[in-house]
Amino acid sequence: MTKKAWALSAIGALVLAGTPALADPVDATLILNEDIEITTRTTAPDHLSGALDEVMSGWLFRGVETRAMQADDFDNPGMIFVEKAEDLWNAADGAEGKSCADCHGDSSEMSGVRPVYPKYVEAAGEVRSLEMQINDCRETRMGAEPWKYTGSDMIDMTALLASVSRGLPVNVAIDGPAQSTWEKGKEMYYTRYGQLELSCANCHEDSYGLMIRADHLSQGQINGFPVYRLKNTKLNAAHSRFKGCVRDTRAETFAPGSPEFVALELYVASRGNGLSVEGPAVRN
Amino acid sequence: MAKGVKPRVKVPKTAAVGEAITIKTLISHKMESGQRKDGDGNTIPRSIINRFTCGFNGENVVDITLEPAISTNPFFEFEATVPESGEFQFTWYDDDGAVYETAKKITVE
Amino acid sequence: MELTRRNAMILGAGAIVASGLPLAVAAASGDEQIAAFTGGAEIGTEGVTLTAPEIAENGNTVPIEVSAPGATAIMVLALGNPTPPVATFNFGPLAATQAASTRIRLAGTQDVVAIAKLADGSFVRATSTVKVTIGGCGG
Repeated sequence: MTKKAWALSAIGALVLAGTPALADPVDATLILNEDIEITTRTTAPDHLSGALDEVMSGWLFRGVETRAMQADDFDNPGMIFVEKAEDLWNAADGAEGKSCADCHGDSSEMSGVRPVYPKYVEAAGEVRSLEMQINDCRETRMGAEPWKYTGSDMIDMTALLASVSRGLPVNVAIDGPAQSTWEKGKEMYYTRYGQLELSCANCHEDSYGLMIRADHLSQGQINGFPVYRLKNTKLNAAHSRFKGCVRDTRAETFAPGSPEFVALELYVASRGNGLSVEGPAVRN
Repeated sequence: MAKGVKPRVKVPKTAAVGEAITIKTLISHKMESGQRKDGDGNTIPRSIINRFTCGFNGENVVDITLEPAISTNPFFEFEATVPESGEFQFTWYDDDGAVYETAKKITVE
Repeated sequence: MELTRRNAMILGAGAIVASGLPLAVAAASGDEQIAAFTGGAEIGTEGVTLTAPEIAENGNTVPIEVSAPGATAIMVLALGNPTPPVATFNFGPLAATQAASTRIRLAGTQDVVAIAKLADGSFVRATSTVKVTIGGCGG
């Protein structure tokens, strides 16, 4: 990190400590490896008309050191897990003795897949998350055991698939056969859960930019998932974050991989249509 | 040997004589501090990388002692000057006796 | 120390300020670590730089940088941690600079200290206070 960045950090810190009103998202540009420019703020998709004018990546709500950590693949600890998944990608598994690479080729061939998930899969007759599709491959094509929904192999693989799409805009379909699932997700987003009676929207639509204790509330976008969190020093799936949020409202939460969270994931992803895929991002 | 330990290093492929080159290293490791307790209230024993060294053609660049206060997935960044073409050796020493090694060649022009 | 009422009050106030006795105990053992490193030598202030964020977003991963031109070794301590030692950097003949960056764990808001052993055998120290924030959301 440059001396200038450290100096800016000190200024930012003073601002945060002194005046909550100034805890707005930063005006900064994220360029990965001095190469890939990431869209961290853009005009909100049409379906958010009346709710939000602009959508913003969670990256803009983090401190300068955390932001810097994501800008370089070596500094980003999440990339260790991408490398682990690269080994998994090329390793044969299951009764068929096939690897992911045997059908799909190089992992970079999967660029463009992450941005459109969750999506309606015709053959399955349902909206599927990327995790569901990975396990479908494992079970039906490889004859292998499915991975645990938020287990380390699965989350590493989703990090690999996100990493090869970094810079591409999130672009999930919300109409046609996906619409009913999307509507269900939207309803969840605005439903107050738990003893605290909080909906997703209360924090992430009505109050983003404010401080919740010492934490800077973001718009709750999921374009950076899976995220490497400084707090638990590992990759965290979007569904694990949903679970944590619902739990924090003091509610009985849904399970990662449940139809409820798949629907919520589709809806939340659609709120970030137009933001770049960032995973694995770095967050606090 | 701790599970899933994977060293990564970043070294430029070429350098000029006397040039200060930046080296970054990262190893995936839990760095269990010995301060945490498990679900039953028992202390989880300390298990960390306790030493990291970087050498070049047998000469030392840095030799670092790590304590439990180093974060999970230990990261280091430092600078080296190399007199000739050769190989960097990187070595991490685990509390459990395991030693993880990797090497990177560099051409001095 | 003889435990008089006055001393007890001072101790009590100190505990509140330091938010708990363990911090004070840790600081004492930090002094021992420093003495072991310096051999009890006098410690100056010029010649070592410690760069750390004023506010860390999470105490589990705090980036720091130490630098002491010409030093043979730099020891880093987090005085408020249950065990204060963090790392000791020993620089060999091929180190281009006597500087290094790493990421450290801080148990709470506290002073981080870097002590360098310079080429002439003297010691210098730099201190940086890092505020560790506690977020609103557990995740």
